[in-house]
This record gives sequence, structure tokens and C-alpha cells, in this order.
Amino acid sequence: MLTLTGLCTLVAAGTLVFILGYLFVNGGRSLTLDFFTNLPAPVGESGGGMANAIVGSAKLLLVASLIGVPIGFLGGVYLAEYGGTAFSFFVRYTTDLLNGVPSIVIGIFAYTMIVVPNHHFSTWAGGAALGVMMIPIAIRSSEEFLRAVPLNLREGAMALGASKAQSIWTVIIPAAKNGILTGIMLNLARVAGETAPLLFTAFSNRYWSPGWGEPTASLPVMIFTYAISPYKDWHRQAWAAGFVLLMLVLMVNIFARLALSRKGHVTR
Amino acid sequence: MSSTHSPLRGLSLEAKAPPGGTPSGDTAPFVAKLSAVDLNFFYGSFQALHGITMEVFENKVTAFIGPSGCGKSTFLRTLNRMNETVRGSRVEGRILLDGEDIQEADVTDVRRRVGMVFQRSNPFPKSIFENVAYGPRINGLARSRVDLLDKVEQSLRRAALWDEVKDKLNQSAYSLSGGQQQRLCIARALAVDPEVLLLDEPCSALDPIATAKIEDLIFQLKDSCTIVIVTHNMQQAARVADYTGFFLLGELIEFDETSTIFKLPAKKQTEDYVTGRFG
Amino acid sequence: MSAPSIFGARSVGALARFWARLRRGDEIAFLLTLACATTVLLITGLLVFELYQNSALSREKSGWSFLTSSTWDPVAERFGALPFIYGTVVTSALALVLGVPLGVGAAIFLAELASARISNALTFLIELLAAVPSVIFGLLGIFILVPMLRSAEPTLRALLGWMPLFQGPFYGVSLLAAGVVLAIMILPFIISISREVILAVPGDQREAALALGATRWETTWDIVIPNAKKGITGSIFLALARSLGETMAVTMVIGNDPKIKASLFAPGYSIAAVIANEFTEATGDVYPAALIELALVLFGLTIVINALARVLVAGTNAKGTA
Repeated sequence: MLTLTGLCTLVAAGTLVFILGYLFVNGGRSLTLDFFTNLPAPVGESGGGMANAIVGSAKLLLVASLIGVPIGFLGGVYLAEYGGTAFSFFVRYTTDLLNGVPSIVIGIFAYTMIVVPNHHFSTWAGGAALGVMMIPIAIRSSEEFLRAVPLNLREGAMALGASKAQSIWTVIIPAAKNGILTGIMLNLARVAGETAPLLFTAFSNRYWSPGWGEPTASLPVMIFTYAISPYKDWHRQAWAAGFVLLMLVLMVNIFARLALSRKGHVTR
Repeated sequence: MSSTHSPLRGLSLEAKAPPGGTPSGDTAPFVAKLSAVDLNFFYGSFQALHGITMEVFENKVTAFIGPSGCGKSTFLRTLNRMNETVRGSRVEGRILLDGEDIQEADVTDVRRRVGMVFQRSNPFPKSIFENVAYGPRINGLARSRVDLLDKVEQSLRRAALWDEVKDKLNQSAYSLSGGQQQRLCIARALAVDPEVLLLDEPCSALDPIATAKIEDLIFQLKDSCTIVIVTHNMQQAARVADYTGFFLLGELIEFDETSTIFKLPAKKQTEDYVTGRFG
Repeated sequence: MSAPSIFGARSVGALARFWARLRRGDEIAFLLTLACATTVLLITGLLVFELYQNSALSREKSGWSFLTSSTWDPVAERFGALPFIYGTVVTSALALVLGVPLGVGAAIFLAELASARISNALTFLIELLAAVPSVIFGLLGIFILVPMLRSAEPTLRALLGWMPLFQGPFYGVSLLAAGVVLAIMILPFIISISREVILAVPGDQREAALALGATRWETTWDIVIPNAKKGITGSIFLALARSLGETMAVTMVIGNDPKIKASLFAPGYSIAAVIANEFTEATGDVYPAALIELALVLFGLTIVINALARVLVAGTNAKGTA
């Protein structure tokens, strides 16, 4: 039986190694300089790149952070510093439920809220969908890091005549800063790979998307459309895009998790 | 302000009015800096303090001793309203600072005027300089950068730490040793010019050498501020304090000049405790 | 008492005035953070409202038959969700059948048997698996898993072909492929949460069993696992909620065919997949409303299961760390 559980572990860990290895080989091989600099080639022609999707993803993440980070962070401050009431318990529970809502449902929500009144797909709508997805995790990770700040630092600030707001903003938040920032990075890495909420909010675009009010390409949606297409060259590009996306996500995760475990700030 | 009349005169007093001659022989009038009047304190339904009435005299060192859980730290923490931060806590009775009820004053002003140093040193995760500059900054006490620098230096000097840290003010406060960190916390508390300094077992986590430095410091500080210290170490109380109060089970059993408490206590419980016969 | 004469009036300068304002602004800081916390309630409320409101047309037209009819014919405006519900449930069930033994087994190994060093390193690796975007699982599903299953088909048929589950033609994209991809995707959740709840079982329980002469495995199976059962069940529910709502990876390998077939070899369709595929092309009024009603169904399903999972996991942690 013992060996069997070891085998389970091996299979699970082996899967990741296999995924990484396969993407590394296949994706790395498919990657060209054009991928980063060129627009997608017209349908049927080979070559081209995904420059517009890379920029599109960056713009979507910017909008998402503008929505998700402040609301999530300040909400987390509320739960950590003013919590303990029935109301904050309710907020925390709802936050967990919102976190469990399938991303495609968030996509529908952003569609009915933003795309329908505006009559077209846009970076705003896609970014908003991703931003809503960021909120619950930003709240809970900020709360956790703020709670980890020792009580005696709070007392130290208050004993010097700091008001509650002053002690929060000048001592507690700075003390939790690294953890909170790392949490936000992890959060961004997670939504960077989200595809479903973008399908009918940001939609897609084979050209540059000027400004913020037009449909835009993004890396995950490009991977999806290229992977299910019938063209060999598009498959190659889907691998390349998958490689770039996965490397980005894993890099952030590895650095963030190492930083957190070294700090010893969190127990999890 | 500075009324020479204690608001407690005429009330039933645990503390005796100070005798004509003081231990150090100076003739300045005794002024009650802080007074507690019939103070009760509750954590939820648990009553931690029972009817404490006493006075802390200006520019003197007052020590509270007693077995752990006797309420001495709780009492200390009511003197700058730190206990309010505990959920479900409640205060009855009055605490007067220069004759004014601190419960009715702005809490941040109370805490600025009545500074506190904790059992475990708690420097902020900032530089040494920023730690000391914190209080003046948030209270808006420094008029300029130069003024702030000056305040930081003065405070570090008063805490006898300046010579050790003057070349590394920008290093993290965590780079200091335990004793230095505690003195940094004292410097931080001094930087806002408190009139009273509350020390909650400040040496309990320190080695004897670091403890001796802090005790020296207490002697030097009492010229400029009133000091209240909670200690579990009777010798320490005997060494540093002018007045000593003995707490037991949330009550102030006896309060008098330190020499009286240790040599001629009026109460049996006090005698048992100071002679080590206490169970 | 003339409080103002002594308290206050000490601070000077612009900075002081600013801080004094901010100190009074304790209220502002409180209200600002409160507003942000309330936003969560607002968003969740709005989400439910929008889904309900925008699916009104479909609910009026189909009524309860929406959930029981298996005909999905947008041209004739007949919408029955049963094939999608079936596909969603079957693929998630398959994912649990494959993923739970593997995940719990790995969790036991990591928590009870492996040295701390190996356990931490492997857990780190497995948790990275949770960070891999679902579209990448889909990509790997299409180009690796589906061909692999195709070549494994004769073996599967020979071994399991006597069951109706493994009969009929096989094209690769299928309920089976979707279930396997989902199983891989939920593994890290089951492993990391189960490992944590197993680690939270108090050490004296183990020592008591070992002292009675139980072997290591007996101790684990008879003492530790029953103690951690609630938390492990919670992790399985969390994994289930995730697999029910998983969109991209499933969409790419399930075959997208709204039929109810008994065989896992047959292509199928899931709720999330049909929304992803058809929403942007849905014309008219009722068709999009029907898809939004599907989203409402999916939302309800995952909310219920998530809520159950949270209760179970929270219960164990509170007990374990107390």
C-alpha cells in the first residue's frame, strides 16, 4: 500500500514534468522572433506572429489590476482590521463563493453588464471580467498577510499616539507589503491564463486594437482559436503561444512562492 | 495644571501622603501626575481589576510588583488606554492625568502623552531612524527635516543608544541586538516627549548586562519624565523604584515608598510576597 | 474639565494639520475599506440578478422542461439542457473516479510517509500544476492526450469492452478525454488540501496507534485518514466544483455533440463548453437567453457544491489547529 501511494505521487508529479517537458520542446521549437513582433498572417498563409495578442493581454491585465487590486486590497484591509462582525463574516463567505464561480459565468456577467450596453466587445469589458475574478483572491490574500502582522507592532504604533487609520497605513500595511505584493503577482499570473471570460468580452482581433474600446486579441484566446483550427502552421503558433504563457505564469509562481517561503510570513 | 493638590486628598487613600523628606532628599513638592480613582476593569464578564485607587507622582519611578496574572500589567495598560484594543473590555472609574479624565480626552493624545514600552521589543520593520522618527512624524511634532533629525538624535541619546547606532541609522532595526532593540523602543517612545513612560516588564527578555543598561537609563530619565514600571523581578523594583505597589488577584494590596514595601510592609500578603513566602 | 487646554494644541505645521485631518479621517479610512468589502456583496448580487434577468425569456418559453428535455435545436428555438447537464456530470464524475484515488494516495504519501524535504519539494511541484492555465491543458489534450487515447483504444476495448461504457465508435475527442483532462486538473487541489488536513491530525493520535503495535500503514489508514475524512471530502467537493465549471480544456476535447450516449467513447457536450462555443453566435432573443439560463444552472450547481466544501474544510481546520 505504501508503494502504491508513492506511485500516486509519482504519477501526479510526473504529469507536470511531462507537460513542462512537452511544451518546452514543442513550444520552444515553434518560437520565432516573428512571434513577438508580427501581426497574425492572413488566414491560410503561414508565418506571422502574435504581437497584438501579447500587447492585448498586457492591456487586459492592466485594466484588471486597476479594478481588482484596489477593491481587493482595501476589502482585505476591512476584513483584517475592522472584521469580527457578523457583516464581515458574511462578506468573507460571499468572497469565497464568488471565488468559486466558474470563469465562463463571470464572462457572461461582464457581457450583460458592459458589452450589451456598449454594443461592442472591448478591452474594458475583458479587463473588467478579469478584474472581477481577481477581487476574491486579492481580498483573501491581503487579509491573510495583514493578519500575520504581529499584534505587538500594532500596539507599538498605537502607544505612540497613532490613530487606528495611521497605524494601519504606516505600520501594518508596510509590514505586510511584501506578502501582499506577492499575492497580487500570483493573482495576476492566474488571470493572465484565463480564456473563458474573454471569449465574449474582449473577443478577438487579428489586428492591433487601438485604444480600450475595441475588441482585442489576447494570448489565451489565440491559443484556443489556433489550437482548434485546421491549419498546421496555426497549431505550431498555438504551441509557441502556450510556451510563452506557461513560462510567464510559472516564472511568477516560482519566484513568488520561493519569496514567500523564505520570508516565512505565511504558514501555508 | 500642575495643581499641587492631589484630586484624591480627602478621599480614602491606599497610598500615604508622601513623607516630608524624600528618599533623595530634594524638597520639590509631590505632584500627582496620574491618579486612578476606584478603577474596575473587565474582560467580558471577568473582572481583572477591583477598585484600584492610587497616585503616581511626577518625576518619580513607580513600580508594580505581584505574581503573574495579578493585574499589574492590566492596570498599566489602562493608564494609556491600551486595554481598549481588547475586544469586550470595559473600564469603570476614573484615571486622571494632570487632573483630567483620560477617558474623556482624545485617545491618541493620551497615548502620546503617556508613552509605553512593551515586554517584548517591537521595533517596526523600518530603519533605525524611521523607527524613532515615527512618533514625531505621525504627531506632526517636527517642523522640518533638521528638526526631525535633531529629535531623533536627542531621543537616541536619551535612550543611551546614540553612540552604538549613529553610523547605521539607515539599517534595519532588526539588525540590532535584543537589548538594543528594547532601548530603540524606549527612544521611539521618548521621541514624542511623553510626560509619563509606562514600561511593561521591559527587561524580561534581556540578559543581565542589557538589563543593567536599561535600569541606568531609568535613573537618568526620571528627571524629565514620570516612569511607571511593571516588573516580575522584586530586586529590580527595589533598585529602580521610588514607590512600589503590590498587586494580588486584581487588587492593589499595598502602595508605599519602595523601602517601606520591602522592609516594613503593612500587610501580611505583601510581606509574604517580598520575602518569598508566597505560594 | 477644560480638556482642550491640555490635550491637543501641541502639534504645529502643515504636516500636523494634515495628520490631524487624517486622524479625524479614521472614519474615511473605515468607510473606504467598508465600501470595497461591500463591493463583493454588490457584485455577487448583481451577478445573480443579471443571470436571472437575462434568462427570463428562456425560462418563460421552456419552463422546467429546460432541465428535462434533451433536444437542443436553436433553429427551431427548442432548448433542452439535459445533454449538457449529462456531459458535465459524467465528465466530472469520471474526473473524480480517476483523480480522487490518485490524489488522496499522493496526499497520504506526502503527508505521512515522505521525508519533509521530499514532501515539500514535490508539493511545490504539484502546486505549480494548479497554476497551469486551463487553455494549456486543452492544448495538451488535443495534441497529446487524444492521440494517446486513440492508440490505447484497442487495449481499453479488450479490457473493458464488456461494459457499455467502453463501446461504440471512438474518435478520440470524447467524454473519456474530457474526464481524463479534468482528472489531471483537479489533482493538485485534492493533493494540496488533503495533505494539509492530514498534516493537521494531531501527532498523539498516531503515537497512540503505533504504541499499540499498529504498522505505519494501519496507523495511517485506520487512525489518520478517519480523522482527516471531513477535510478530504471537502477537498473533493472543491475539486468537483472546479471541474463542473471548467470550460476551455473540456471544450477542446469533449467533441461538442449535444447527444446523450451511454459510452464514454462517444463525444459529448458540457454546460460550460456550449456557452463558450455558441454564445457569440447566438442570434435572436431566446437563444442567448437559453445560454444564460445554462450559466445560471451552472452557477447554482457550483455555488451549492462550493458552499458544502467550505463547510467541510473549515470544520476540519478549526478542529485540527485548535
